[in-house]
Order: sequence, then C-alpha cells, then structure tokens
Amino acid sequence: MHLTGWGMYPKIESEAFALESRHSLRNYLKKVDSCITYGNGRSYGDSALNAHIITTTSHNCFLDFDELRGILHVECGVLLSDILEVIVPRGWFLKVTPGTKLITVGGAIASDVHGKNHHIEGCFSQSVLEFNMMLPSGKIITCSHTKNKKYFYATCGGMGLTGIILDAKIALKSISSGTIEQTTVKTANLKATFEAFERYKESPYSVAWIDCLAQGEALGRSLLMCGDFSEKGDLNSTQHTRLNIPFTFPSWILNNISVKTFNAFYYNKISGNLATQQVSIDAFFYPLDALQNWNRIYGKAGFTQYQFILPKAQSYEGLHAILTAIAASGKGSFLAVLKLYGPANKNYLSFPMEGYSLALDFKIEPGLFELLDTLDTLVLQYGGRIYLSKDVRVSKEVFEQGYEQIDRFRALRIEQKMHTIFNSLQSQRLEL
Amino acid sequence: MNTVLIIGAKSDIAKALARAYAANHSNLQLAARKVHELETFANDLRIRHRIDVSLYELDITATASHQSFYETVTPKPQGVIVASGYMCEQEAAQTSLEKTLQTLNVNFTGAVCLLNIVANDFEARQEGFIVGISSVAGDRGRASNYIYGAAKAGFSAYLSGLRNRLYASGVHVMSVKPGFVNTKMTAALRLSAPLTAQPDEVAEDILNAQQRNVDILYTKGIWRYIMGVITLIPESLFKKMHL
Ligand SMILES: Cc1cc2nc3c(=O)[nH]c(=O)nc-3n(C[C@H](O)[C@H](O)[C@H](O)COP(=O)(O)OP(=O)(O)OC[C@H]3O[C@@H](n4cnc5c(N)ncnc54)[C@H](O)[C@@H]3O)c2cc1C
Ligand SMILES: NC(=O)c1ccc[n+]([C@@H]2O[C@H](COP(=O)([O-])OP(=O)(O)OC[C@H]3O[C@@H](n4cnc5c(N)ncnc54)[C@H](OP(=O)(O)O)[C@@H]3O)[C@@H](O)[C@H]2O)c1
Repeated sequence: MHLTGWGMYPKIESEAFALESRHSLRNYLKKVDSCITYGNGRSYGDSALNAHIITTTSHNCFLDFDELRGILHVECGVLLSDILEVIVPRGWFLKVTPGTKLITVGGAIASDVHGKNHHIEGCFSQSVLEFNMMLPSGKIITCSHTKNKKYFYATCGGMGLTGIILDAKIALKSISSGTIEQTTVKTANLKATFEAFERYKESPYSVAWIDCLAQGEALGRSLLMCGDFSEKGDLNSTQHTRLNIPFTFPSWILNNISVKTFNAFYYNKISGNLATQQVSIDAFFYPLDALQNWNRIYGKAGFTQYQFILPKAQSYEGLHAILTAIAASGKGSFLAVLKLYGPANKNYLSFPMEGYSLALDFKIEPGLFELLDTLDTLVLQYGGRIYLSKDVRVSKEVFEQGYEQIDRFRALRIEQKMHTIFNSLQSQRLEL
Repeated sequence: MNTVLIIGAKSDIAKALARAYAANHSNLQLAARKVHELETFANDLRIRHRIDVSLYELDITATASHQSFYETVTPKPQGVIVASGYMCEQEAAQTSLEKTLQTLNVNFTGAVCLLNIVANDFEARQEGFIVGISSVAGDRGRASNYIYGAAKAGFSAYLSGLRNRLYASGVHVMSVKPGFVNTKMTAALRLSAPLTAQPDEVAEDILNAQQRNVDILYTKGIWRYIMGVITLIPESLFKKMHL
C-alpha cells in the first residue's frame, strides 16, 4: 500500500500488520526485520514511515474508566476523539490535547504532544500514570514516572523507536461545562505579542496566530487567543459537522482562506484590542478538524510544517531574526502559530522547553529545503531545537545539537537492541 | 432500553453492528464460539455506552444445542441479528465433504434452525425484529462461489418466507445482502475499492434500514443494480461466462 504522513511527503510503499493481540504481535516481531508503529498518521513527516508498519487503530478498546477519580485506561489505538465523546458528557477532559483530536493515544505518548496549556500542564506524558510496552524481545514492561523510569523517559517523545506502546492509563481533568470563554487580543508587533503572553500567563490556554508576512514596525503582529472552561454551561456541546476535502486542491487555496480569516479578525471583527466570546470545545481546540483531509489543500507535492522552539532568554532576538528571514523569502504560510511554553520535562527527546515556539506550514517546492537549512542555522544560533513530529528533512547534525539527552536515548536503543528492529525513515536519517 | 442478540458476534460486521447498536442505546447479548475472547470488546462497550452486555457461547452448527442456548438468554431480546458466516475457496467447497457441509451448515442449516426458535418466541410475544445477513452471492450461482452462494440463496429464501409469516404478528424480518465488505472473510481477496464497503458503513446501513423496517437491504446500495443486471442475463449466455 501507499503510505505517507500527514504532509503527504514523502510517499512510500509499505506493508501493514494490524495489531490485534499481544500474541500475534510477538510472532510478527520474530519475523520482521525492521518496522515502525503507525498510529493515525497525523505526524507530518517521516517518523511513522517504514516499508513495514504496525497499525494500531484496530487496537482500540477502552479497558477501564474510573469516573470518580478521572482515570482512564485505554488501548493504544483509541483516538482522542473517541475519548472525548465518552468523557466530556461525564464532566472530564484531557489534561493535555494537541490541536487535533484525530490522533491515537500511542501517538500522543510517542510524540509527547503538548497543547495550548503547556505552560500549566506540561506534555501529554505528564498526564500518563503508566503504560505497557512490548520490547523487541516480545517482553512486556510497565513504565511510569517510578517504574522502569528510563524506558518511560525514552518512550515519551521517543517516536516509536523503543517499542510498541500497548495500552496506557491517563489522568483526566475535571470540567463543569463544554464551553470555553475565549479572549482574543490583538497585538501590533512582536514585543507587544510577548508582553501579551506574559500578561495572560495565568490563563490556562493560550496560543497566538502570527502574521508572518508583516515586516518593519508590524513584524510579529498577532492575535493572541486565551481561554478557560466556563463554570456555567452544558456538557453535551454539539459536535461540529465536518466538511470533507474530496480531492487534492491547488495549493493557493489554504493560504487564501487563512489570510481572509485573519484579516477579518484583524481589521474588522475586533474593533478594540480585545474581544471575548463563548466557543465550543471543537471550535477552540480543534478548528482544523472540521475540515477533513485539509492536508490535500496543499497540492500533490505535499507540505511540511517547520516547528522550532527557542529558550525564553533568546526568544525575542531569535524570532525577530527568523521572522525577518521568512518574510524576505516570500515562502511559507501567511499565518503561523506562536506559543509560550513552560519548563521542559525529563524525557530524553521531548520537544518543549521554557521559551517560545513557532510552527508554520510550507508547501514542498524547489528551494524550500535550502530556506529551512538557513532557518536551522538561526535556530541553533539562538539555542533552539526542531520538533520531530513535524519534521521530514532536518539533518542529523542540526537535530543533535538541540537535544542534549540524545546520547542516553541512543545508548538505551543499543543496549536493548531496539535499533535493530524499530526504525523509521526519520530515525535512519538522524541515526537515532 | 431494548436488547439485541447478535449471533456470530466475532465477525467484523457484527462488531461494527454491536458498536452501532450500543451507540443507539441498546443492551447487547453477544453469541459466538470461544466467546470469552470478546470479553475486552464487551467491556469497551459497557464503558463507552453505559449499557449491559452479556456473552453466550454458541456454535451455530451445533443445532441440538440451540434450544437450550436460547433458554439461557435473559432477558429475551427485542431483536436478533445473525451475522455468522463461513466462506472457503470454491475449490475446497466442491471437493471436500467437510467443507461442503460446513458451508451449508453455518450459512444455512444452523441459521435456519436457530431462527426457527427465535421466530416462535417473537411470534408468541408479538414483538421483535430479525435481521439475517445473507449475501449478493445468493442472488445467482456463479462457478467461482456457488456452494456458498447456494447456502446464502437458501437463507435468503428462508428470510423471505419468515418475513411473510411474521408480518401478521408485527415482527419485522430484514434480509441484508452485502456486496464486498472489507473483513476477515475477504482479507485474502482483491476487491474493487469503489464497490467495497467498510464494516462501519455496513453497520450504519443495517441499523438505519432496520429502524425503517426495510425488507431487503443491499449494502452498498449500488449492488442492487449490479445484481439486477446479473440476474437478467439469460442462462444460455450466463453459463458461458467466467464469473
Ligand atoms: C492539525 C494538526 C495539529 C496538531 N497539533 C499539535 C499540537 O498542538 N501539539 C503537538 O504536540 N502536536 C500536534 N500535532 C502533531 C500530532 O499530535 C502528533 O504527530 C501525534 O504523534 C500524531 O499521532 P498519531 O496517532 O497520528 O501517530 P502517527 O503520526 O501515526 O505516529 C507518530 C509517532 O508515534 C509513534 N507511535 C504511534 N503509535 C505508537 C504506539 N502505539 N507505540 C509506539 N509508538 C507509536 C509512531 O511510530 C511515530 O513515530 C498536530 C498534527 C496535526 C495534523
Ligand atoms: N465480507 C464480505 O464481503 C461479505 C459479503 C457478503 C456477505 N457477508 C456475510 O456477512 C456476515 C459477516 O461476515 P464478515 O464479513 O464479518 O466475516 P468474518 O469477520 O469472517 O465473520 C464471520 C463470523 O462467522 C463466525 N462463524 C463461522 N462459523 C461459525 C459457527 N459454526 N458458529 C458460530 N459462528 C461462526 C466466525 O466466528 P469465528 O471467529 O469463531 O471463526 C466469524 O466471526 C457473514 O454472514 C458473511 O457471509 C460478508
């Protein structure tokens, strides 16, 4: 079968083995030379690509739900959207959720994903009480912050390279409604954007849309969106209807759509510098999920997302330099996502660190990778690093410099012979 | 809340049906061989949908056990769905006695014997619905799959007669004729993608149609027309074709 990540680049041929039972998985691992686990394919690049993949979406049972304490035990292929369907009406929500609910629990752990509340709750692994994982030998171990700690630190953020996460127990957050009180703040430039992030630090959720094409005085102008669950309201908020993108679009469309939305907000909707409104969980957390297969919008060649993070002290100068370089290149989406993060956790390869991260989409086209190489140099110069879940092209040298615990990760891979069986195109490129 | 009994509950279509009916707030009774293997699945349905799910051991070919099986089922269901099925390669079905009998017994004899018991109960109670999953393969015998096809043809005829009998009692009988469905049964076959349904789609179709008291459901719908054409071909021509 043809296989790609969310960015639809690269496209490879692959053979899938569907995870159903521990027994059949163990036998599969005995036979296969090299493989990688594939969740719901929402990582943009090549982290879940290999000529042999283990698919997990058929391994999708809820195992236990302690509704009093908010502890959920599920198999690895359960989607966050399935979880929300069950828990929201019963007054619970995920402690950490990324900007799409169409990912598996296994994928959430393997990327150690983060959400708009990283500065408060940290990464997904920080809500994981424990998980079971199959090692290359077929042995199953339980990992947590206290049990098999080094496996836990390597696996959360470890991009499927340590074993197959089979099931996980996660702690939930209690909510009293499915409504979010959202505040949107309009800022005039990068300095004002940073100040706004600091001002709204107490707000549980925050993220900014930044205008990447603004230059000079307006460089870094943004819409900062903050929010929190409302105390009042209904738990049974209706789900949004979904629009399907039935075929691959010419790529100018998404840029046009986002430009229009941004402009509408920027120039018209918000007359002052501040607006508040009540929105649903889907509208606040998962706006893109309403457009099914929106990745086709970028055209046949595919696209990638470039996401980096810079330590807080260097963030202002670094972002200034990088935004200037992007604006000058004329490439990239008009809009990008900027966010202030809290402290890093102990995982060997988790992406977040205390500072600012920027994520923006680029259509794959000639000259793009050269531009991204230039941006890499700037990212390193300001002490930053690149997010593996979005990446499809970074070099080993650039990657390594950003992740100081990489040696621990590699050592465990070799010690446990994980490197002989679990590989992705990405791990081969980066010699992980 | 009503209760639905699903026979052959390990089938991929049956599992999708269980999820669809659970989401629709029905309690479930799942019957299958080695039914303990459905424990995790049943628990998942309980957690997700807050319904009762009970498991029953049943081999549909063990016809002598059907009466006692149905007696143990409590409460008595408002709906019964037969999803069990068996299809081997035509070559095997026409050369091995064991395979011939298995094909007939799972798809026809077993299903008929079990539904007789259910039908008598429903008729007496003057309520309930019965859904039998037959197949488009039963609409016309083809060289490549006619033993299975014959069993399904028999099952379709049975369901049609049963519908006729139970109409007066207010019990509805629906025949389902799936075309290609992407399940364990067809895993080794190369199926034409546009004509192949996913188990979830089939389950949605069945649930919707059952609630509207449809008599004969083709799923995907296009199969009604495909089979319409295939049954129109004169036998003198048909016998010369490679189908
Ligand atoms: C619209 C959109 C918005 C996003 N927003 C965010 C965001 O806000 N924050 C964020 O952090 N990320 C975000 N992402 C990225 C996404 O959350 C991650 O890439 C996530 O890992 C995808 O999960 P998946 O189930 O699709 O896994 P895949 O993409 O299929 O796999 C991702 C990685 O997980 C591994 N993996 C999957 N399952 C298992 C398992 N059972 N055991 C071991 N390894 C496994 C794979 O090998 C691979 O390395 C976004 C992606 C999209 C498309
Ligand atoms: N897939 C298609 O393209 C297609 C097309 C038309 C019609 N159908 C029909 O759809 C129904 C569901 O099949 P499916 O596609 O979901 O295939 P499936 O997953 O292979 O299911 C068939 C099920 O029948 C069960 N079964 C076989 N012999 C049995 C017996 N003696 N007693 C009890 N159960 C028995 C099997 O149980 P075990 O797990 O114990 O073996 C299996 O779970 C069948 O009636 C099939 O004929 C399928």
